[in-house]
Amino acid sequence: MLQIRIHGRGGQGVVTAAEMLSVAAFLEGKHAQAFPSFGSERTGAPVVSFCRIDDKEIRLREPIMEPDVLIVQDPTLFKVIDVFQGLKRDGYLLVNSNKSFAELGLAHAAAKLPTGHARVVAASEIAVKHIGRPLPNAVLLGAFAALSGTVRLQSVAAAIREAFSGKVAEANVAAATEAFEAAASAAAAA
Amino acid sequence: MLKQVEGSISTAEAIGLCRPEVICAYPITPQTHIVEGLGRMVRSGELKNCEFINVESEFGALSACIGSSAAGARTYTATSSQGLLFMAEAVYNASGMGLPIVMTLGTRAIGAPINIWNDHSDAMSMRDAGWMQLFAETNQESVDLHIQAFRLAEAVSMPVMVCVDGFILTHAVERVDVPAQAEVDAFLPPYDPVQVVDPREPISIGAMVGPDAFTEVKYLQNYKQNLALKLIPDLASDFKKRFGRDSGGLLRTYRTEDAEMVVVAMGSVNGTIKDTIDEMRADGFSIGLVTLVSYRPFPTEELRNALKGRKHVVVVDKSFAIGMGGQLAADVDHALRNVDGAPHALSCIAGLGGRPITRASLRELFRKARKEPWEGMLFLDLNQKVVATEIEHMGSMRRSGPIAENLLRRLSVTPAAE
Repeated sequence: MLQIRIHGRGGQGVVTAAEMLSVAAFLEGKHAQAFPSFGSERTGAPVVSFCRIDDKEIRLREPIMEPDVLIVQDPTLFKVIDVFQGLKRDGYLLVNSNKSFAELGLAHAAAKLPTGHARVVAASEIAVKHIGRPLPNAVLLGAFAALSGTVRLQSVAAAIREAFSGKVAEANVAAATEAFEAAASAAAAA
Repeated sequence: MLKQVEGSISTAEAIGLCRPEVICAYPITPQTHIVEGLGRMVRSGELKNCEFINVESEFGALSACIGSSAAGARTYTATSSQGLLFMAEAVYNASGMGLPIVMTLGTRAIGAPINIWNDHSDAMSMRDAGWMQLFAETNQESVDLHIQAFRLAEAVSMPVMVCVDGFILTHAVERVDVPAQAEVDAFLPPYDPVQVVDPREPISIGAMVGPDAFTEVKYLQNYKQNLALKLIPDLASDFKKRFGRDSGGLLRTYRTEDAEMVVVAMGSVNGTIKDTIDEMRADGFSIGLVTLVSYRPFPTEELRNALKGRKHVVVVDKSFAIGMGGQLAADVDHALRNVDGAPHALSCIAGLGGRPITRASLRELFRKARKEPWEGMLFLDLNQKVVATEIEHMGSMRRSGPIAENLLRRLSVTPAAE
């Protein structure tokens, strides 16, 4: 079972991201479960959502305490909460930022993970370019597809089209595709 | 059709497939998405011959449901927590008049202190109100139980509450098989009421009944629940025949065949318990599970058969009667009463107000049950330190202040934070 924890702030589509990821996995015939950290959600407040992906029925209902994958939609969260809590030694880390891990002060944390498992993607910038708003959630799922290989980009795109419609959907798909290619070429370079 | 959707949405679709004629509900978290979903289906015309009535309160909602059900319409409502409390008088009236209303309860804690998260306090507050109460383990079972609930309610002409864990199920997106309309139509015939308020043939429903017949009316309410005890397994087996799934029934067992310890629980926590059991079984710990689906009527005989002869029984309650103990634990004790050599049922209170129930805590609980059994209630993951400090504080001065706010200050969290 692959367990993904998504950190972000209220308004960034943290819950929708986990839901879209679960739909992408479902479209590939997998079992998936997405759920939010149920709180009084307010714009700007730290929000967490969860997604489990497995080949068999998922019965577990506890929050994800030892994630295989961390997706961080807002790098300012590192100063506010212990984002890394429970991350597995061989886990994956995906951070939305136009800075490097060194510039973010996360070089040490990123270096602890296996080579190629940690990546920064300028998801907000890519989102502004395609969607016109700094909404990084769908964009990061494109990068996630390249990073982990758990779901294919086309499944992520299909999930985005289920969650949104029309121009918004297509803009998000274009943004996710750019993030996928950026993450994939960074992997090839590494 | 297999779908990856939020539990509230698949539940709303299942209710729509049951062809309700009147839906009357008032929104309250975490049930809101269900009635919003149904509202959309009525407005778009996807759900035909159905009137969605907007009202001013939960009391109004169930009162309108009583009227529409008495007029012979298949009737549905949903609520949670304080909303159910606001309905309370009408909850008793619906069952007292024998009206087969189906209600979804998105189970949630009851304030004060204000808490929107899941536990079973609301369901338990109405356990004696004469409604049947079925608990869903998964969102698939929520779909399946609602379809069975309409048939059950109408067969005995008594209301059914389908209890679905708030947030944990209602807000979880997972794989659900939503049946086709023709399949549901074949399982659930049109509503054929046993009593109808009709101006062409006037009758009274809800008359005053004095000491000469009140006992008998109540006896017959109980008689109907006893009928339901026989009917619920039949419905589950017919459901399985048609839909191919084990859903509903009175209770289900998991790895109990040779189990020395058996856990009893209701609702979504059963999934986490099953995973815990698999892990403990791999370590040679002899343990199994009884998932109670039907809390009212309570399957005393079936539960007794599942539990007698075991060495240990652990009951996990997600609510408790303050000053007494876990409600499910008390009912399990009742089932084991007068059984020779009955195991002593150990009571655990867990998951109050949304506290996560983890495998790690459950493993420790089950090990403790074998090694050092306890008396009374054990509160899972209780913060002993903060409780002890507050008790000391309360004893140290007269004006010790509000307990909830004192605890929050000690834990350095603000009320709105998670």
